Amino acid sequence: MLASSSSSRVSALRYTSRLRGLATIAEAPVRRYGGLKDQDRIFTNAYCRHDHGIKGAKSRGDWHRTKDILLKGDSWIIQTIKDSGLRGRGGAGFPSGLKWSFMNKPNWQADKRPRYLVVNADEGEPGTCKDREILRGDPHKLVEGCLVAGRGMNASAAYIYIRGEFVQEAAHLNQAIAEAYKDGLLGPNACGSGYSFDVYVHRGAGAYICGEETALIESIEGKQGKPRLKPPFPADVGLFGCPTTVANVETVAVAPTICRRGASWFAGFGRERNQGTKLFCISGHVNNPCVVEEEMSIPLRELIEKHCGGIRGGWDNLLGIIPGGCSVPVLPIQKCNEVLMDYDSLKDAQSGLGTGAVIVMDKSTDIVAAIARFSSFYKHESCGQCTPCREGTTWMMNMMNRMVEGRGHKREIDMLLELTKQVEGRTICALGDAAAWPIQGLMRHFRPQVEARIDAFRTQHGSVGFGGHLASEVDDTLALPDNLGVRLPVDAPAIV
Amino acid sequence: MTSKSVQNGFHIFQFVNAESLQSYRLQADHNDIETTCLHGSWLSDVWKNTATTARSTLSSAFNYAIQALGCTIHCEGLIYGSPSRSLMTLQHRDTPYNNPQIEFKFNPENLTRAKEIISHYPTQYKKAAVIPLLDLGQRQNKGWTSISVMNYVAELLEMPPMRVYEVATFYTMFNREPIGTNFVQVCTTTPCMLRGSTDILNTTLSHLGGIKPGETTKDGKFTVIEVECQGACSNAPMLVVNDDFYEDLTPESTKKILDAFSRGEKPKPGPQSSRQTSENSAGLTALTSKPYGPGEHCSPEFQ
Repeated sequence: MLASSSSSRVSALRYTSRLRGLATIAEAPVRRYGGLKDQDRIFTNAYCRHDHGIKGAKSRGDWHRTKDILLKGDSWIIQTIKDSGLRGRGGAGFPSGLKWSFMNKPNWQADKRPRYLVVNADEGEPGTCKDREILRGDPHKLVEGCLVAGRGMNASAAYIYIRGEFVQEAAHLNQAIAEAYKDGLLGPNACGSGYSFDVYVHRGAGAYICGEETALIESIEGKQGKPRLKPPFPADVGLFGCPTTVANVETVAVAPTICRRGASWFAGFGRERNQGTKLFCISGHVNNPCVVEEEMSIPLRELIEKHCGGIRGGWDNLLGIIPGGCSVPVLPIQKCNEVLMDYDSLKDAQSGLGTGAVIVMDKSTDIVAAIARFSSFYKHESCGQCTPCREGTTWMMNMMNRMVEGRGHKREIDMLLELTKQVEGRTICALGDAAAWPIQGLMRHFRPQVEARIDAFRTQHGSVGFGGHLASEVDDTLALPDNLGVRLPVDAPAIV
Repeated sequence: MTSKSVQNGFHIFQFVNAESLQSYRLQADHNDIETTCLHGSWLSDVWKNTATTARSTLSSAFNYAIQALGCTIHCEGLIYGSPSRSLMTLQHRDTPYNNPQIEFKFNPENLTRAKEIISHYPTQYKKAAVIPLLDLGQRQNKGWTSISVMNYVAELLEMPPMRVYEVATFYTMFNREPIGTNFVQVCTTTPCMLRGSTDILNTTLSHLGGIKPGETTKDGKFTVIEVECQGACSNAPMLVVNDDFYEDLTPESTKKILDAFSRGEKPKPGPQSSRQTSENSAGLTALTSKPYGPGEHCSPEFQ
């Protein structure tokens, strides 16, 4: 069966190549992505080489004719963002223009409640360090972005929720806001447009879960950061019970530049549906880790070789790459060769762009330990509200820690995978999914390594049952449950 | 019956039936709990000398001790109890240094700042200021949030104290036990781990006299904990001392930083390598030209 289908595929290939050979029309040239020029970079002070204060920011084009953008009105701003193809940079990749337009429902003026823009600067995803560069190098871009995006959604104020650990970044941001108020750029008559807008900074206190939009809202309200059930969506009932939109720092900070330079300029980068430029942060086993703004859809390999000096010990020394922060599955080297850094390409490779945090692991990495560390992270950061996540993350951590050693039965790999499937999709927020995916990715691509480790442990310590119980330590004089698996042969098939 | 004091305030009693080696019991003196760490060289001996058959009983005795005390027992590579500070027991027990009778009030300067913070939120949602105010209180109270700080914030924001306790126990940046003058937080999440944070953590611990994560040095100058991702992954490995990030660390530079702090100095925060922030250390690959100015490259109507 297999042989016949593959041979028919071969003949189909031959047929198409013959057709191509006869065709007279040249194929369209393949467009190469990447190679963004400095003049097209939005965050021109990402490396803090220049003044981050208002004087420096204005000399780099911030606050240039912001009044005119505001006077264009809400629908113009939202249409521009829609046309630019900007998708949320925080991980989910929802089209920003569409999200912002949910605030302007028909007859929204009749609703007298205040309306809020909340900026998510709770950057906590392991691997992610892009918003930090915006906050300390280009804080005025974010403040101006709040005003422009806030005008687009007719918000009355913006709260910037910045993670508590970012003390220096919060200081730069506070300075930027104070300067903007002093200059009349914010306040009751922002930029002289007649539009009233305030920006406040709210510092968090160390909880990864507050990066989730409703948990973030809860946290600003002075409660434990536990995500809310949706619906009602924040655009209806959000912060302080008022219409609210939560957006990532990078999404908000690029808005003024898009408005000034035109939607078509921004949409000119990257593939269809993945347009724009993006800050990528590369960490791990590369020669020179860095944060860099590049065109979307840049090939992963080019991103690493061009900006990070390549993998430690050469490309062939690569083991795997996590392309979008700890929540997305790892990619093995074969896939790393071909993927493009955008939402769709990485989704097709069964991973995700996430926050654009590229974590590189070379062959010296203990990949099981690396993923087990993520499981500990999720166990630590689970808010404890939903049972599958609270209990599941602990189980996953314990099982992964045993897998690092190899202390377990091979059949437990499937049990672990089943456990991840039981957590995934059964929680209020995506933390449960995020905890499950790295393990699924590991087992998808690196299962032989895990099995080899189990075999090695078994050779040394004898038969191991479920839960890491050594058969040699089991006391047969006691009544033991019969499903511990200590007497199972190593390759015993699972009972169907 | 033998009894042994493991640390201040802990008495663990051992009941051994020499015949069957099956009956072990650990008890602790609840009245005077000073610390939540328990090192088990003695327990480790007990473990080794216990027949395999009796170990499950012993391990449940350990678990009992852990639940009763919130302590950690290290034994033959197995760790019972919670290794992380933020997972410490959520209970509050009055102690001489942490009880509601100790008075706490904002100093005038912090009170002004507190009022300014409260003004950021709608008047009927004063309690939104609870996290910033707890942070302010923690800073004034030598880096830790005592029960008095929580009660004071609750009173100031007119909210039930329980709502403040909920917040103070949820967020990891609130220390509910006293800490040393310098609070060292070493990131050990995967991106740092890949770049050698295990070395950095071990260097830190051994350089400070062989303490364990979560402990304070004897001179009270340093408390070291392991933390989750701090958001400086391109500059890994890194550690945080008080409010400042020290990045691109090597074991040598880690020692230098710790030495400087123990002398009372404050070394320059940021990358300890040659680079300035998070650029490519072998030379810029982006942002090499002069940044463009106002109106440059803009669409005609915004030039």
